[in-house]
Amino acid sequence: MKKFWEGSQGVAEAVKLCNPEVISAYPITPQTHIVERLSQMVADGDLKSEFINVESEFSAASVILGASAAGSRAYSATTSQGLLLMAEVLFNLAGMRLPVVITCANRSVSAPINIWNDQQDAMTVRDSGIIQFFAEDNQEVYDLHLQAYKMAEDPDVSLPVIVNMDGFILTHAYEPIETITQKEADEFLPPYSPDRKLDPAQPGTFGVVADPNWYMETRYAMQKSQEAAKRVIKKITREFKQKFGRFQGDLIETYRIEGAETVVVAMGSLVGTLKDLIDEERDNGKKIGVLKVRCFRPFPEEEIREALKDVENILVFEKAFCLGLGGILYHEIRSALYMSSCRPNLKCFVVGLGGRDIPKTSLKKTLDSFGPNLPDLNFVDLKEEQIKEHLYVPVS
Amino acid sequence: MSQLAEQKENLIAPGHNACAGCGLVLAARLVLNAAGPDVIVTNATGCLEVTSTNYPYSAWRVPWIHSLFENASAVASGIEASLKAQGKLGKVKVIAQGGDGATADIGMMCLSGMWERGHDILYVCYDNEAYMNTGIQRSSLTPFDASTSTSPSGKASLGNPTLKKDMPAIALAHRLPYVATASVAYPQDLEKKVKKALSITGPKYLQIHSPCPLGWGFKTALTIKSAKLAVQTGLYPLFEYENGQLISVRKIAKPQPVEAYLKDQLRFRHLFKNEEGKKQIEKIQELANQNIKKYGLTG
Repeated sequence: MKKFWEGSQGVAEAVKLCNPEVISAYPITPQTHIVERLSQMVADGDLKSEFINVESEFSAASVILGASAAGSRAYSATTSQGLLLMAEVLFNLAGMRLPVVITCANRSVSAPINIWNDQQDAMTVRDSGIIQFFAEDNQEVYDLHLQAYKMAEDPDVSLPVIVNMDGFILTHAYEPIETITQKEADEFLPPYSPDRKLDPAQPGTFGVVADPNWYMETRYAMQKSQEAAKRVIKKITREFKQKFGRFQGDLIETYRIEGAETVVVAMGSLVGTLKDLIDEERDNGKKIGVLKVRCFRPFPEEEIREALKDVENILVFEKAFCLGLGGILYHEIRSALYMSSCRPNLKCFVVGLGGRDIPKTSLKKTLDSFGPNLPDLNFVDLKEEQIKEHLYVPVS
Repeated sequence: MSQLAEQKENLIAPGHNACAGCGLVLAARLVLNAAGPDVIVTNATGCLEVTSTNYPYSAWRVPWIHSLFENASAVASGIEASLKAQGKLGKVKVIAQGGDGATADIGMMCLSGMWERGHDILYVCYDNEAYMNTGIQRSSLTPFDASTSTSPSGKASLGNPTLKKDMPAIALAHRLPYVATASVAYPQDLEKKVKKALSITGPKYLQIHSPCPLGWGFKTALTIKSAKLAVQTGLYPLFEYENGQLISVRKIAKPQPVEAYLKDQLRFRHLFKNEEGKKQIEKIQELANQNIKKYGLTG
C-alpha cells in the first residue's frame, strides 16, 4: 500500500516495523520529527518500546549501547553536533560489535552554526567501524532501515549501521512510500537474539582491556567484518528485492552508465537531481551516466572501479570535504582507480554546503564547463563578492 | 558473620592485579557479595576496570560491562530499559559504578540524567579522592589541601585549594529515594547499605570511602586504619538518607583530632612542616567540626 508520508514519518514507521525494544534520543534539528513520531507511537501504545529521553546525544548512544549489550534491538537518531557528541560512543559501539541502527539526518557542522543540510557530519565518523549508507529518496530511507538491522545483526558483520538521509531535503519532504506490513517485516527481519549478552545466567565480561598483545587483532577482525559486510549487503539487498520487488542498489547503483564517456558521482538526495539532469543530457545525445555510492562504509572500491573502467571524465559532487585535503569521496574514488589502467579526468565539485540550494542549472553549468584543466577541488556557486567583502582569505 | 565470610565464592575473583592494600577492590568485593549474583554491573574506566579485565582474563563472576570513562550510568540506563522490556527487571538488579573522577567530574552529566529519569539503578562511587589510574591527579572529590600530581604542594601552594564536592547533596537534590555514604573500614555497615539500597526501587547513590595506599602515601597495611580515622575524625561522615530524610549516622563517641588521620599520609605531609601548615590543619579541623555538627555525629 502506498502512503504519502513525510520522510521522518517514513523512518519512524520503518523503525516501528523493526520493533526495537529500546529507543533513546535527544532532540536536534532536523532529526526531531523522527523521534517525535516515535514518541507518539509509544504514547499511543502502538509501539512497545522503552523510549528513553536523555540529557544529550552522548547518553543516547550510551543508552542504546547498554540496551544492545543486554540483548535488545536498539535505535537512535541524530545529526550534526549530536553525531559529533556521540563520536566517542560510536567508536565504542563498533569496537564492542553491537548491531544498533542510528539514523543521521545529515546536517552541516559548526562553526559557524548552520542547521541546514550537507554531509560533513557523517564524514567525521567514517573511520569508526560503523557501516554507513546514504539514501537517495524516502522510499530508500524506509527500506534501508529494515535492511540495516538485518545487515548489522548478521553474525559475519556484527557492527552498527548509520542510515544517512539528507536533513530537511528528505526528513521534511513528503513523498509517496510503498509500505511494508508487519507480517512481511517479521518474515524479512527475525527477532534479535544474540549469542552473547549481559545475563546473570551466563556471566560474561564486556569491554575489556586489550593490551598491545591483543588490540591489533581486534581491529583486524573488524576490518575483516567490514569486508564481509560487502557480501552480506549484496545478499540482503537481493533478498529484499525478491520479497518486495524494490532494489535501489546494493553497495552502489549505476544509472544509464552503459557506454558513458562521462559519469557523475554523488551520495544521497543529490543523486535524484543528477538522474534528472542526465536524462536530459542523454536525450541530447550525450554519453553520460550516474554512479550512486549507496554504501560509503565499507567502501565499494572494486565495484566503483568496475563501473568506471572505461569512463573518460568523472565528476564527483560532494556535500562535504576534508579541510586541508579536498573532497573525501573524490579521494577515495581516486584511490580506487589507482589500480585501474585508465587515467580519467577526475575532479571534485563541492556543492550545497550548509544547505545552499543545488539547482539543476548549476550542475548543468558545471558539466558544460568541465575539462582536464580545472583544479582538483572546485566549489560550485561560490559567492566571490561576499568573500571579497566579508572574509579574509590569505594568498596561497 | 559478615556476608563476605558467608560467601563461598567471591563475585570478584582474586586474580585481579590491583595494588596491595587497595581499598577500592575491597569495597567493590563487599558491594558485589552483598548484592549477590543476580546483577548486571556497568563500570566506568578507571583502576577497578583496568585491574580486573586484562584480556583474556576477567575477575568478574557477574555480567559486567565497561564502555567509556563518563557513561557508566547511561549504559546502565540502557541495560535497565532492556531488562524492563524483557520483563526481567527486579529479578535482575543493575549496579553502575565508578571512581570519584568518573562520578563527580566527567560522568556527572550522565549520572544526573540517570537520576533525573528515575532508573532503578544503584550507583556506587568508589571515592579514593583522586585520579589514581592516571597517576594521582586531583578530582573534585580530592580533599582540601591534599597534594596530588596536579595540585602539588610547593613554595606557592598548600595543595588542593578547593573543598570536596558535596555529591550526596547533589544526589539528594535529584530527590533520590536512597543516598548513603559508607567506608571500607565498616564492612557490615557497607553491606547493609548495599542490601537496603537494592531493596528500594528507583535510583540510589552510595559513596564509599576507599583509601589508596599509593595515591595517599601510606603503608599498605594501613588501609583500614586510614579509612577508620577518616570516619572517627568526622572528616568522612557515614550517613543514610531515605526519601530525603536523614535516617542514620555512624556516631563517634570521642572524635579524634584530624592530625591523627592526616599524619600517616604523604599527601598531607607538607602541612606538618611549618606554621602555615599548622593553620591549614586548623581549617581542616573546622571542616570536621562542621560535619560533626551537621550530622550530629557525637550526639
